Amino acid sequence: MRINLTSVLVDDQAKALRFYTDVLGFEKKTEVPLGEHAWLTVVSPDDPDGTELVLEPDAHPAAGPFKRALVEDGIPFTSFAVDDVDAEYNRLVALGVTFTQPPTEMGDVVTAVLDDTCGNLIQLAAMRRPGS
Amino acid sequence: MVDVFRAIADPTRRALLDELTERDGQTLFELCSRLAMKHGLAPSRQAISQHLDVLEGAGLVTTRREGRYKFHHLDTSPLREIVERWPVPDPPRRNRR
Repeated sequence: MRINLTSVLVDDQAKALRFYTDVLGFEKKTEVPLGEHAWLTVVSPDDPDGTELVLEPDAHPAAGPFKRALVEDGIPFTSFAVDDVDAEYNRLVALGVTFTQPPTEMGDVVTAVLDDTCGNLIQLAAMRRPGS
Repeated sequence: MVDVFRAIADPTRRALLDELTERDGQTLFELCSRLAMKHGLAPSRQAISQHLDVLEGAGLVTTRREGRYKFHHLDTSPLREIVERWPVPDPPRRNRR
């Protein structure tokens, strides 16, 4: 058994595709139209055959209250690994991305939390290198 | 209204004030992360939320909604009550704590 997919619940798939590719830098892997919505996934260009992120419609009525409650408390829906949180923070802020938490050392890891504009907060995390 | 003495009597609440002193304006998630990773304190999110309510009741923490987010801010002015009640003589240079 292995984990090949994970998902975020997005309020608009077209907008989400733009944000997750043009802004965050992922690449579209599959887009299969399914009526009103699509089966839509992105991957990291660093690992194109790796785990796919499904940009999944949040149409279920329970999704809205759930997402809003997480956002209000600043809780990220998921977390992505980066090499350098500060560098990503500076790059993304310059692109107009909103962060609810700037890069912060949390023990052995540096984290930051951004708004994906589709109703979710996303954490960026990097392990601190020894000696840094 | 919670009195300030009860509010600061608890070590978790003092840690929350320490973290807000380091960076003002944090989400509940950031405060929970800081307590867990920096203080080795891992009470439930609900328990931390209740601690923040006590601090808010004492006027030491205020919350601000910005769009869909909620941030916690430090307000140390209620601590003035302590030095007004038991004035601290001027002379300087003593180690804190």
